[in-house]
Amino acid sequence: MKRYSSLGLLTAGLTGHTSWPRAWRDPAPKARYDIVIIGGGGHGLATAYNLAKRHGLRNIAVLEKGWIGGGNTGRNTTIVRSNYRLPQMQDLMEFSLKLWETMTDELNYNVMFSQRGAIFLGHSDSDMTKLAERGDAMLARGLDAELLTREQIAKMIPVLDMSRDARFPIEGGLNQPRGGSARHDAVAWGYARAADALGVDIIQNCEVTGFSMRGGKVEGLETTRGPIGADKVGICVAGHSGQVAGLAGVKLPVESQLLQAFVTEPIKPMIDTVIMSQSVHCYISQSDKGEVVLGGDPDNYPTYSQRGVPMRLEQVAGEAIALIPALSKLRMLRSWAGTTDMSFDGAPILDELPIEGLYLSGGWCYGGFKATPGSGWLFADHLATGQAHPIARPFALDRFERGATVDETGAGPKARDR
Amino acid sequence: MQLIACPHCGPRAQAEFEFDRSVESVLTVDATEAEAVARLYHRENPKGWSWELWRHSAGCGVFLKLHRHTVTHEIAEVSLLDAAQ
Repeated sequence: MKRYSSLGLLTAGLTGHTSWPRAWRDPAPKARYDIVIIGGGGHGLATAYNLAKRHGLRNIAVLEKGWIGGGNTGRNTTIVRSNYRLPQMQDLMEFSLKLWETMTDELNYNVMFSQRGAIFLGHSDSDMTKLAERGDAMLARGLDAELLTREQIAKMIPVLDMSRDARFPIEGGLNQPRGGSARHDAVAWGYARAADALGVDIIQNCEVTGFSMRGGKVEGLETTRGPIGADKVGICVAGHSGQVAGLAGVKLPVESQLLQAFVTEPIKPMIDTVIMSQSVHCYISQSDKGEVVLGGDPDNYPTYSQRGVPMRLEQVAGEAIALIPALSKLRMLRSWAGTTDMSFDGAPILDELPIEGLYLSGGWCYGGFKATPGSGWLFADHLATGQAHPIARPFALDRFERGATVDETGAGPKARDR
Repeated sequence: MQLIACPHCGPRAQAEFEFDRSVESVLTVDATEAEAVARLYHRENPKGWSWELWRHSAGCGVFLKLHRHTVTHEIAEVSLLDAAQ
């Protein structure tokens, strides 16, 4: 792997950037691998990278039905945070957040992780009570959290409508200073390049169409590029978890829905933190390119279409303009949707399925991006050793029938947001 | 946006409706534990034609049974629930 550096960038610039080698190979699938990961998104690539890097495995493949960066890794709102309420979720997301802090160096790829803070807004006394409770839960677990007054918020984010007759009056907020955002494409490309350098075969345009099994154990895969043998298989396919597990006859506690994101035309810096309102359900940040990135509720009905419903655009734009009136002057540049596998407690599923050798990292709902490095680490541990890492144990598949759900909102068996 | 033909109100925009649940996950009151687990948690989550319950929540309030395609969003059938359901 040609190491990226400032000097390298400078030298390559002198020759018109014609000397860069391709970032990862384009190998034909081999007949057999020790472990095959289905899904070349951030989670799948991070899993393969960890299998190679930390477990020394060399005969690994990642199968991607489309192209690297074309799925949900490139469709989220790029927010990274660990400000959860339940200890199981806190441990998982904080484990991940710590890995974000070293990712650029580890991968030798600038993922532009910017710890600019992640602020939940409170719009009422009851919102502030809930934020204080969440903040206390975080501090008690050793996470960083700051409860902010209305005055502090006004100073930190001067573009907000702080007037008393605002549509969403702002009473205060909860900041996680170590939260922030990253460049999502770079995460996929960085992991792909680093995994490839360690010998992982990344096979694009290769869709899995079936499993071959013997005696209740996985033996290999049928794909659009021919059969591939495998001792172990990991499913990391987000919205299509249910479909891929279904090929092996396993039904999962997930429902596939869409999450949309929107960006405005690029402008000069106006928002230097991540603004979220959980009672309004609006997510606002500004990318390094200058685009204001907006997100909201999922579309709340089962669909695989990757076409968002327009009323959500109207809702999110209306909320964002109510919070930051200056946004009304901007034109919307693009909108898109990703298919997410919404689990029935809002928490992911990290487990071996009832078929030997078949593992799942799924049910990440619409909160998967922030978990990318942690998910890859934990899932690789499970695949390599056959034992779930202690942080992953609460996310076992059988937690639903045992009544041991990890239910951040306490809303029962329904696909929902957090 | 989908256009849903409510038998009471006629064709109305999706904005007036709420998806409730898939028909496969509807639980009867006398379901055993095993049936409840299977219906609530072992989901088909179909990519294709699906039977679903929707509610005309911002209209007449009725529960409707839809036969709907989860990729094309085509709606083949909308019916009222009969007493037995």
